Amino acid sequence: MTGTFTWNLLADIRDMWAYDAMVNAFRAGTIVAVLAALVGWFMVLRRQSFAGHTLALVGFPGAAGAVWLGLSVTLGYFTFCLAAALVIAALRTGGRRGYSEESAVIGTVQAFALATGMLFVSLYKGFLNGTTELLFGAFTGITADQVTVLAGVAVVVLAVLAVIGRPLLFASVDTDVARAHGVPSRVLDTVFLLLLGAAAAEASQITGALLVFALLVLPPATAQLVTARPGRSLAVSVGLAVLVVWVALFVGYYSPYPIGFWVTTTAFGAYALTSVLTGRTRSIPRRAAA
Amino acid sequence: MSTAPRQSAATRVTGARVPDEPTARPALVEIVDATVVLGGRTVWSGVGATIAPGEFVAILGPNGVGKSTLLKAVLGLVPLARGTVRLLGRPPGQANHDVGYLPQRRSFDASLRIRGLDVVRLGLDGDRWGLPLPGPRSRAAAARVRELVDLVGAGGYAHRPIGQLSGGEQQRLLIAQALARRPRLLMLDEPLDSLDLPNQAGVAALISQICRTEGVAVMIVAHDVNPILSYLDRVIYLGQGGAVSGTPGEVITAATLTRLYGTPIEVLSTSDGRLVVVGQPEAPALHTDRHPEHA
Ligand SMILES: Nc1ncnc2c1ncn2[C@@H]1O[C@H](COP(=O)(O)OP(=O)(O)OP(=O)(O)O)[C@@H](O)[C@H]1O
Ligand SMILES: [Mg+2]
Repeated sequence: MTGTFTWNLLADIRDMWAYDAMVNAFRAGTIVAVLAALVGWFMVLRRQSFAGHTLALVGFPGAAGAVWLGLSVTLGYFTFCLAAALVIAALRTGGRRGYSEESAVIGTVQAFALATGMLFVSLYKGFLNGTTELLFGAFTGITADQVTVLAGVAVVVLAVLAVIGRPLLFASVDTDVARAHGVPSRVLDTVFLLLLGAAAAEASQITGALLVFALLVLPPATAQLVTARPGRSLAVSVGLAVLVVWVALFVGYYSPYPIGFWVTTTAFGAYALTSVLTGRTRSIPRRAAA
Repeated sequence: MSTAPRQSAATRVTGARVPDEPTARPALVEIVDATVVLGGRTVWSGVGATIAPGEFVAILGPNGVGKSTLLKAVLGLVPLARGTVRLLGRPPGQANHDVGYLPQRRSFDASLRIRGLDVVRLGLDGDRWGLPLPGPRSRAAAARVRELVDLVGAGGYAHRPIGQLSGGEQQRLLIAQALARRPRLLMLDEPLDSLDLPNQAGVAALISQICRTEGVAVMIVAHDVNPILSYLDRVIYLGQGGAVSGTPGEVITAATLTRLYGTPIEVLSTSDGRLVVVGQPEAPALHTDRHPEHA
């Protein structure tokens, strides 16, 4: 979508929100930003970015398969992402935990997902434009129904996260002690992968499967640079993700390029800026604050 | 000193449990003829030991003999193939609330951006479900965390991200974490590992002080017995065939240690009655200078 940009930003926004499609895009984008920022915060802390990236990519064959079979794309995303989360969880707990082995397993899932996605694309002829959208995102086609589904899933995921958040933090930072304190770390591993799968499936629908990662990783990573307090860090992560999505939608409305590109660019810009700024302040020796 | 009302705590040896002994204070930990098998391999078998309330006990033995596994078995983190373990009179895993656990060699990744304070706090209520809402409970928890941080002398750095702290600073915060729930038993797995000599002495003194003033029993796994020697009530020496327990004076003898480590070990006695172990694998000769104070 390409409107005409004026320097009166308020007028621009009013102009933009006159379209239902844009309002839906802002609603969906905000939901996805909040969800990705919170789930992604735990993902970054747990160093499961690779798993998160893979779950996001799995959305691509999911969506492509749904198109090929004539089913709902949203259904395709969720089915594949959640199923892949279960597969990764099963493979993780099957072997003894070791990062290199785990990444080999996840990498295999990832390659398989991309291959399957391309297979579905070639099975469904005349899908070429759709492929770009699935991989790099689109925001014009979001319907009110889709927004409802996104909101419903987000509420469930966030409710689960609110309940397990503290033990999950404990198990992520300090697994052995958490287990000694009765935290079921294995169960939490699986539950978290499912939450991550759901978040990835949601974000895929805005940013495209390849660029989900930007929303899942960059705002939380930036927030963790800003502060080491978990509560504040989560809040900064949410604020940043929402800002990134809004800026991206705003710019995307006036430009012909995919929304995923703008999300990634804005998020990366914020991260780079923050690491330069915090890197500079950290190199100055600070006195101990009480 | 051991407060268990037994005639000769000193000669208690492996698996020998005195049946129906009339004890005023039941043992905190009771291990009877236990065997652990991991990955198809027997780690140790026929191990027995008891820990009485308030006791300061070291668990010693060569690398890989299963000292860490012994602590995990008591906590119920590792299953027993045979025998029984009771913690506060209950099966393993059911009384962990009264135990403070510090696992072996846990250094946090340098990039972990969580404050020391938060790590201590997790030891207090990290296992609770739901959001930590502000209120009286949250304020009480924050006050307890401050108290713990002061207790271990970590006030100067507890607010910094834990990944950026030195090994000794992390270790002190982890001891604070283990103490968070006012445990009756502290299980410390090589807490002096990777600390320099002054820090080893400092942390050892801190642990013993906590043991005496708060009446907490301590099971401490140690590679080098020297820094804790003067505080010990009892040692449990773990070998493949079982465990030997007794006072340091009885177990830390040239004959026993030479047999357990399989290398010649000398045990010297200083004029103030302390023991100095020389020639222990990986223990540099420096350790003979560890207890100079004669006052
Ligand atoms: N999960 C496991 N599966 C198989 N074997 C294991 C497992 N965990 C530990 N072991 C083995 O059990 C033995 C005892 O290990 P443990 O860590 O208890 O030794 P340790 O006495 O604490 O040694 P160290 O002094 O080096 O800390 C070792 O031989 C180890 O290889
Ligand atoms: Mg060990």
